[in-house]
Amino acid sequence: MTHTPHRLEVENISVAYEDKIVLKDVSFQVPHGARIAVVGPNGAGKSTLFKALVGLLPLRKGNILIHGLSLGNHKDCVAYIPQREEVDWRFPVTVEDVVMMGRFNTRGWFSPPDKEDREIVKRSLEEMGIFNLSKSSISDLSGGQQQRVFLARALAQEPHILLMDEPFTGVDINTQEATLNLLDRLKERQVTAIISTHDLNLAATRFETVLLLNKNIVAYGSAQEVLRQENLSKAFGNSLLVMDSGSMIVDECCPPVGEH
Amino acid sequence: MQLFLQPFSYAFMQRGLLAGTMVGILCAVMGTYVVLRGMAFLGDALAHAIMPGVAIAYILGGNLLIGALIAAAVVALGIGYFSRQGAVKEDTAIGILFAAALSLGVAMISSIRSYAVDLSHILFGNVLGVSSTDLWITFGLGFLVLSVVILLYRPFLVISFDPVLAATLRLPSELLRNVMLLLLALTVVISLQTVGVGLAAAMLITPAATAYLITKRLASMMVVSASIGAFSSLVGLYISFLLNIVSGSAIVLTATVIFLLVFMLKRGKR
Repeated sequence: MTHTPHRLEVENISVAYEDKIVLKDVSFQVPHGARIAVVGPNGAGKSTLFKALVGLLPLRKGNILIHGLSLGNHKDCVAYIPQREEVDWRFPVTVEDVVMMGRFNTRGWFSPPDKEDREIVKRSLEEMGIFNLSKSSISDLSGGQQQRVFLARALAQEPHILLMDEPFTGVDINTQEATLNLLDRLKERQVTAIISTHDLNLAATRFETVLLLNKNIVAYGSAQEVLRQENLSKAFGNSLLVMDSGSMIVDECCPPVGEH
Repeated sequence: MQLFLQPFSYAFMQRGLLAGTMVGILCAVMGTYVVLRGMAFLGDALAHAIMPGVAIAYILGGNLLIGALIAAAVVALGIGYFSRQGAVKEDTAIGILFAAALSLGVAMISSIRSYAVDLSHILFGNVLGVSSTDLWITFGLGFLVLSVVILLYRPFLVISFDPVLAATLRLPSELLRNVMLLLLALTVVISLQTVGVGLAAAMLITPAATAYLITKRLASMMVVSASIGAFSSLVGLYISFLLNIVSGSAIVLTATVIFLLVFMLKRGKR
């Protein structure tokens, strides 16, 4: 591991999705090893932000820099776990095959996996508690197990930055715990983690930094600074109710939960 | 026993068998991607799109195989282009282009009064008419396609299974997809002689579909598919010689019987 700071810099980006501007003038910087929860109402642009960070969506405006270089200079720096994996679950691959795909760029296209790759894959599977499923077809797995396979793959990639789009939504308690364990492990390895979630409690208790998003940045800082009435009002609008006692209620209607 | 081996004593039969086996293997290997990526319609379309290429090559007095290749490449990349523009779905783009190409080809061929090559041979194959030169070309191009498939095995796997990961890892997905389309075009052209334009799609789909039922991993699916492809070609050719029926149909029927057997066996197990 090098000692250069793993900095992510987002400079004034605007991103459109199907001709509609979803993110406008978003700028923020993420220091090395930070753990950030991205929160905001539905349609705030959380998924769009992640897709832009990975290069899946083009930028209408602005720049994204990783280690000071623009996207495309880093082949395996960023690992991304989308909310719902849109893969063909009946594709003939085993769990081990899928996790091994995470090692793809480190070896180049033409060299087969070596001992080190196999070791890393084995370790990743063990850390996610699915080593016993190594040789199983992915079609034989439950939803929670499938999620863990992709978490293991992200681990095996040994990324500098990990992006996860709503990993806690619609998964069982065991998988949620496994994901939180993963995040703790990554913190030890100084991997930057950016996670979006609807769970404001989780954001407040387990993340040092929170990014509150609604088409542009409403607030960015510690959970205490960000999750305050004025900010939440701005972001959630009428979904937020402030009681006389001072407590606040957010009623957010979540998007339908997918099968896996 | 003598009677059994008798067909193999003829040189043309030997050449036919070698060509057929090579094509069987080739189609089956590329067919793995066709089945997994839902490109069955595309494969069929490419096969039909060859017709105008062959017609033009004949008119110009050039090599039929090269004419076929150019036509297939143009249609393959054209389909990619039209569907990327977004206005037309890929399915529709394929339907439009292949019908146009086929019509053009038939129009051209039927207007050539002195056309020496039998239209039915182009449509359904004429494996017993394989010359030594044809055999060399088939094997040469066949090895080329197989080498590229082996070389690009891992990138092809990633773009086929998880396009999002491919984007995250910054793979040149567009380029790889085009290479795959060109390999498919080449495979179809090479198959012209043994199974013909009409049935090339079947050789792309049926052995691979059978292998899909009984394998768990991509590599073994390819190997099993290739074996079934080779076997179907051998047996099909033998049958076509014995019963004097068109080679392409005998090969495809053999492959289909194998598929049905495997399918039944698998259901029976449950």
